[in-house]
Amino acid sequence: MQSFEYANPANLKEAFAALGSTWEDAAVLAGGTDLLSLMKDYVQSPKRVVNIKGIKELGGISRKGGQMRIGATVTLDELTSNAAIRSSYPSLIQAAMGVSSPQLRNMGTVGGDLCQRPRCWYFRRGFGLLGKGPGGEALVPNGENKFHAIFSSGPAYFVSASTLGPALVALGATVTIASASGRRSVPVEKFFVAPTADGQREIDLKPNELVTEILIPVPATKNATYEVRQRELVDWPLTAASVALRMNGSTVSSASIALGHVAPTIWRASQAEKMLVGKTITVETAEAAGEAAVANATPLSGNRYKVQLTKVAVKRALLAAAGIKA
Amino acid sequence: MPEYKWPPMNKRKIMGQRISRLDGPAKSSGRAKYPSDLNPQGLLHGVMVTSPYAHAKIRSIDTSAAKAIPGVTAVRNFVEAGAEIQWAGAEIVAISATTEEAARDAVRAVKIDWEVLPHVVKDENLAKVGTRAKAAGEQITGDPDKALAEADVKLEADYGIPVITHCCLEPHGQVISWKGDQLDYWPSTQAVSTVATQLATLIGVPATQINVTCDYMGGGFGSKFPPDTWGAEAAKLSKESGGRPVKLFLDRATELTIAGVRPSHYAKIKIGAKSDGTITAWQSDSWSSGGFGGGGMAPIPYVFVNIPNRRNNHAAVALNAGPQRAWRAPNHPQASFLTCSALTDLAAKLNMDPLALLQKNAGLTLRADTYKDQLNKAAELMDWKNKYHAPGEGKGTIRRGVGIGVATWGGGGHASKAKLTIHPDGSVEVELGSQDIGTGTRTCITMVAAESLGLPMSAVKVKVGKNSYPASGPSGGSTTIGGVSTSTRKAAINALEKLFEKVAPSLGVPPDQLEAVDSRIQVKGNPNKAMSWKQAAQKIGPSPIEEMGENVPAQAAREGLNTLGAAGVQMAEVEVDTETGIVKMRKMVAVQDCGLVVNPKTAESQVFGACIMSICSALFEERVMDQVTGRVLNPDMEFYKLAGLPDIGEIVVHMDIQEVHDKRGVIGLGEPCAIGGTAAIANAVHNALGVRIPMVPVTADRVLNALGNKRYA
Repeated sequence: MQSFEYANPANLKEAFAALGSTWEDAAVLAGGTDLLSLMKDYVQSPKRVVNIKGIKELGGISRKGGQMRIGATVTLDELTSNAAIRSSYPSLIQAAMGVSSPQLRNMGTVGGDLCQRPRCWYFRRGFGLLGKGPGGEALVPNGENKFHAIFSSGPAYFVSASTLGPALVALGATVTIASASGRRSVPVEKFFVAPTADGQREIDLKPNELVTEILIPVPATKNATYEVRQRELVDWPLTAASVALRMNGSTVSSASIALGHVAPTIWRASQAEKMLVGKTITVETAEAAGEAAVANATPLSGNRYKVQLTKVAVKRALLAAAGIKA
Repeated sequence: MPEYKWPPMNKRKIMGQRISRLDGPAKSSGRAKYPSDLNPQGLLHGVMVTSPYAHAKIRSIDTSAAKAIPGVTAVRNFVEAGAEIQWAGAEIVAISATTEEAARDAVRAVKIDWEVLPHVVKDENLAKVGTRAKAAGEQITGDPDKALAEADVKLEADYGIPVITHCCLEPHGQVISWKGDQLDYWPSTQAVSTVATQLATLIGVPATQINVTCDYMGGGFGSKFPPDTWGAEAAKLSKESGGRPVKLFLDRATELTIAGVRPSHYAKIKIGAKSDGTITAWQSDSWSSGGFGGGGMAPIPYVFVNIPNRRNNHAAVALNAGPQRAWRAPNHPQASFLTCSALTDLAAKLNMDPLALLQKNAGLTLRADTYKDQLNKAAELMDWKNKYHAPGEGKGTIRRGVGIGVATWGGGGHASKAKLTIHPDGSVEVELGSQDIGTGTRTCITMVAAESLGLPMSAVKVKVGKNSYPASGPSGGSTTIGGVSTSTRKAAINALEKLFEKVAPSLGVPPDQLEAVDSRIQVKGNPNKAMSWKQAAQKIGPSPIEEMGENVPAQAAREGLNTLGAAGVQMAEVEVDTETGIVKMRKMVAVQDCGLVVNPKTAESQVFGACIMSICSALFEERVMDQVTGRVLNPDMEFYKLAGLPDIGEIVVHMDIQEVHDKRGVIGLGEPCAIGGTAAIANAVHNALGVRIPMVPVTADRVLNALGNKRYA
């Protein structure tokens, strides 16, 4: 790990002063569950590490107008222990509990979950976010891609590592981003971006900005997340689907379906969403929605199986949201 | 000649009891210090520069910038310019520094000019390895062509089991320092008594100057015998740094890349059988790789060795990947997987229960009665009769299945010397240059000594882990328990004989009329003519009794204290989600014979661990190589997946303890129990689905690819 300066700001103003104009200047430390390994592996070598855990206004879960506010430094454990979250957003709880390590839930934060870097093994071994070989060739399409994207035409083939992303997108959440020059609000869906060139990041955040909070609309939906993981011990999902359904009696008035671990971003299954409107959730409609969700998939040489997994994840998430036992 | 033989089963007071390991509390509380826990004063940190290329020539190495980094105390090259590197991760430069950070900065400051050469790192497809495959020659018994042609039923299928690593939780390495001409060496090792000699040769100092200490070690599985290049370089770094202790342990990525792998094994297998299930022919065309040295043929057909007509062809594939090391029962898990998978598929072709097929052909094994017996016992514990169904039969998207794997192993005791001392105050110590690699060796030695002396275990102090103690063999091949229990037994009986000589006059009988029972020395069978152990010890005089005991493998058969030949049967029950291809363990049963079982509790513990390792290799574990970069893509604990507690299901261990096995003597256990599980799990998946997943680990991608459009409801 490269030596670094350590900043421990007490408030946002101090934090902004400690951040830099490039990613090499400073890195934000919250739970540290990702940053420490990135630094130890020299994937990131910031000159300064800015610990934001001491900034009070970044914590806490509260009702804020018609929205639920979750502070950026709320840990996954705090999130899953919160009664209001538990009752309104089972999809979020299911996603967070999918991080099946109490240690990670104790340390990992909601903001950190959105900002963590992809787990692509080419990226983590130093071949860049776009996974390029010594001659600039794309490593993923011709290499080991069983954990990579099934919705991407390149050049980025990694999958977003965010655990809460699919649930937050399906719930229509927004993320508040602040810097010395003010605040802006971005739908979580737009927060994730697929880089198209070297040096670009996978999230809509600048080096001098901080994620401060997540806002989730309160109106009730039936929601659920279903992840497929190879093992029960803490493991990245092979695929994840999160759904939020607004119901009109027993029929769906609108559906949000967001997929994780299948694209560089959180992937919106809009065809599946449309076809559910006006329908009742049954095994058959859920299955059809699963089919529709993967209709445009473009799997790589080693990850065709993820198309099937995603189909099943959508089906099971829908059935879970509707309270139907498959 | 004293009588060394084991007391009869029903007369033993300590051996055979379920004794918790003596160092359990120290380990679970963190008080036990492993070599990698040691931080002696003045510690320096050693880090290595390794090759980023799988095949390359070094044009030049420039370490000047590294040497200039503050805190760096020494920089040494493992290899010089001109060297050809055959795998990524190969050791190039070793650096010591006052902090790990400085050492790592220095590593990054080393400039190497590489000439990158073509590499081959993947062996799954034999057609793609070109000239890297070297035929190992054909072995033929009987007339396999004729037998296959005449067979009523023929199976032809392909199977594969990939390279896995040892993934030791405590990585390879050591702390090492000089005091004058003496080298204090704390390696994480399986070979306390031999590692010093090897290090001596590597660094050119007499073995007499090397003092090895290894009280605990965090896993080796066959990969921690030699001092390794990093041991030698750490010694030299320390020397060049004025003798300050250097701690050089591999980081996780390097550990998984170069510190040992279990070779892959792939095979196209043909089996011929009569319609009643009698197996008549075997043919295998196989290949394997454990790195640049290729890979030897696993012993196939496995266990069912006496198939009358056989042909084996094998090719060793040289890969530019980290080298193989012995991995808990070298080549046996692969052999068991290949053979038992094929036999299970043959059973399906015969419309037979694989249990019945194995029973029917038990005559092809070397221990027919034992295997029949163990198959029955395992079937009973698994409730096989109720759980077995025709492959793929069942309802719903979640399917269950059961499968079998078998094992055999040697496990005779290695050469071992033990010194047992009875002090005049009655205290007793046993010293062996052996090691407890986590198996409970310390506890078992204590049990044997206490049993032999008629003392409680608390009265015996066992010391292992130093090369200054009498030499005992490395812990490999499941040879430790046979070796150390025999040498300890003999040392104890020899020491008792001396004690009896001292005590006999006081009790008024010849020494051979005495026995040691319940902390007393008494006239045989007469507790009234006795003295306490303490009183007896006072008769010794000022100098303690020190006696040696030795296990000489060539004499073991005659003495009957230890022998070799262990059999095992494992069964698995799994649940497969046919929509996702995710396999979950429900239950494993392991029936294992290992002769006389010194401590059933630590023995079972060995088997539990082995079952978990089998689950890892059957469901999760494989090294992933990248053909373009030549690198290991998953040298971490994130994508190099091992099972966690929630992944292992129920494990039932049945130590096959019975008179017939007991009277054979002590047999090693570490390896035989780590063989059959992978096959059992793969076969259980086949039973659940009615479709063979030809390669392990049985991951979602492999299951779904094999199922294709097949749907279950």
